[in-house]
Amino acid sequence: MSRTFLGLPRTLRRPDDAGAVDEPFGAVPHPQEPLRWGDAFPAAAKQTLKNDQLRRNLGHATQVIRTKRAAVVGEVPDWEALRDAGSAVKQQVMAQLPDLLQQLEEQVTARGGVVHWARDAAEANRIVADIAKAKGADEVVKVKSMATQEIGLNEALADEGIAAIETDLAELIVQLADDMPSHILVPAIHRNRSEIRDIFLARMGDAPPDLSDVPRELAMAARAHLRRKFLSAKVAVSGANFAVADTGTLAVVESEGNGRMCLTLPETLVTVMGIEKLVPTFDDLEVFLQLLPRSSTGERMNPYTSLWTGVTPGDGPQEFHLVLLDNGRTDVLADEVGRAALHCIRCSACLNVCPVYERVGGHAYGSVYPGPIGAILTPQLTASTGGVSGHHDPNASLPYASTLCGACYEVCPVKIDIPSILVDLRAREVDADRSKHGVDPWKTAMKAASWVMADGDRFALAGRAATLGSGLGGRDHAISVAPPPASAWTRSRDLPAPPRQTFRQWWAAEHETSPVETVETDGPTSEEDDR
Amino acid sequence: MSEARTEVLARVRAALGQTGSGTTPSGRVGAPPHPEPVPREYRAAGEHAVGSPEVLEQLVDRLVDYKAHVHQVAADALPATIATLVADLSEPDGGMARPGSDRSVRVVVPAGLDDAWLATLPAEVDVVRDSREDPTAATDLDAVAAVVTAARVAISETGTIVLDGEPDQGRRAISLVPDVHLCVVRAEQAVQTVPEAVRLLGAHPERPQTWISGPSATSDIELDRVEGVHGPRTLHVLLVGATP
Repeated sequence: MSRTFLGLPRTLRRPDDAGAVDEPFGAVPHPQEPLRWGDAFPAAAKQTLKNDQLRRNLGHATQVIRTKRAAVVGEVPDWEALRDAGSAVKQQVMAQLPDLLQQLEEQVTARGGVVHWARDAAEANRIVADIAKAKGADEVVKVKSMATQEIGLNEALADEGIAAIETDLAELIVQLADDMPSHILVPAIHRNRSEIRDIFLARMGDAPPDLSDVPRELAMAARAHLRRKFLSAKVAVSGANFAVADTGTLAVVESEGNGRMCLTLPETLVTVMGIEKLVPTFDDLEVFLQLLPRSSTGERMNPYTSLWTGVTPGDGPQEFHLVLLDNGRTDVLADEVGRAALHCIRCSACLNVCPVYERVGGHAYGSVYPGPIGAILTPQLTASTGGVSGHHDPNASLPYASTLCGACYEVCPVKIDIPSILVDLRAREVDADRSKHGVDPWKTAMKAASWVMADGDRFALAGRAATLGSGLGGRDHAISVAPPPASAWTRSRDLPAPPRQTFRQWWAAEHETSPVETVETDGPTSEEDDR
Repeated sequence: MSEARTEVLARVRAALGQTGSGTTPSGRVGAPPHPEPVPREYRAAGEHAVGSPEVLEQLVDRLVDYKAHVHQVAADALPATIATLVADLSEPDGGMARPGSDRSVRVVVPAGLDDAWLATLPAEVDVVRDSREDPTAATDLDAVAAVVTAARVAISETGTIVLDGEPDQGRRAISLVPDVHLCVVRAEQAVQTVPEAVRLLGAHPERPQTWISGPSATSDIELDRVEGVHGPRTLHVLLVGATP
């Protein structure tokens, strides 16, 4: 059954909505909180791992992008110097943030823009909705933006009777399928071409009935579908990749031209930007406009980059609003280790190389920021509501969604040491958890181990006792379900079955000396005797 | 609004350990950061001179790689090349429009474009001159077949052309809505690296800039690059003064 897409997102379902049943595209329900979807990572990952199609799609896409990125990064002789500069510029930005923000505000205002400040998502959404209403718009066109995903702008506008039309191809696919994004750069990365064709045929009213699954044809269908929207839209909403403090210049980096359409044709433009997206000077763009495209889409340069400063009389929107968003960023900034997460330029290279992301997909992270960067950013952004501390918050499990292999750090264009931040967040989560329990099982176990290991006889005895567990392992010598308290471990990992013999027993048998009991642990001398 | 401004700035200061500014929403006061100085060891310029044969060769290679059509022309051959490309638009099979037919071609140009470039356009071509003072409506631009503009600077390493909205390049909308973009780049405008271009553009950061690297494209379907989405699907780059 095909339905006509009339512009208003069909439904923006939330978990507590009754009757959310018909989900032909297997979409995830729209969460109440874009940074906290519900399930903790282990439970969510268990579900997504069952989806073979998802894993095939992701495996293919991440493989393609890794190869492309490696090729275009390899041809830049000064890549490491650019990373060093990018990292240091971002450190400078964080250290001077109050001054730079005020400088940006001054410059944008001087060039005819209006600057708004938003403490949280609700405040930012309110500002955007009020501007759209003041313009009499019941529809806004949108450039793909992580900041507006993060604040749930589309849902908030829908509540006010304003339809937000996503114009980026991948965002359009996600919106038509009533799905949630699963990647920072390519939100529909979990969909393959034939799924996308099916979504277009079912949900895009003006899709040609003989639409094939050739990517070019799919792109053409999106072009035709959106053109009328671009030409008639009164208000556009965008994010920003960079804002230059000393000139008030904003930059949006894109591929399709949908960004240019939104930034150029409507009379009013509203840009929502996290307070960390600054660079101090215009010249600093020379670093980031090299780092970003090669890291994100694996291109030497993305097809289109737009830079604008306030309002240009006679060219482009004649009304420009800039919304500076905190929404948890200051909590991240307060963390001496974790604040480096704010250096992120949203390239998504860390997602594409992550062995965990490649298998579980973006939805398992339960946040609009998935992958390695999401695992450090989401808990910190939600710190004021419990994101970092304790098992009660699903976001506290995110720092464990990693093997700590370090591939994310290797590819990060601004050298965010994601593994170190993950470890730091894990430590914090453990500390917070420990302080909540009366009896600390960890401390108790360590105390017991210390008593056993302090005496040779006790240690030998403990070793022989452990061999009794050798029968618990299956054919692969792994214990998948152990009795308590070891069950806490085997809930999420296998435990290797203990060997049938301790090392002492093996030594004794090999050397046919007296039984282990008589070999006293008096150090090197007994070894010397054996030689 | 100003209340939010005051509070966000106070939170930022608290996060940076500036005392007396309260705390962040989770009740924290951060430690003051110790940023390292910015090392600028990266290349500020390429090894090849502006407009040198090496730079032009690389620019052409990169543009072609992104499926742009490159025409290397001598300055005096430019009007004829533009005329030919525009004439080709009228008939999908490449023939000329019949005189008097309604198959005339509309082309939009910025008001400040060099008139000599259009001197040999076929008579049935309807030229729309656009300016900030006399802008063409977006819906009218949608009925225009092509746009002809100049450029500010080109970057060879990335195959990028930058327009900065000056009178010979025009409003951003005119190089966006029409499906075919004829962009004239002079050889001496081609630099090798991104920093060279940024420093040149930094002289007028207030000008609206559009950086163009090939025709519009998307990688949103299985991360395969497909050319031609919302921006011009065909990009002709006319490189003037380069000996092919």
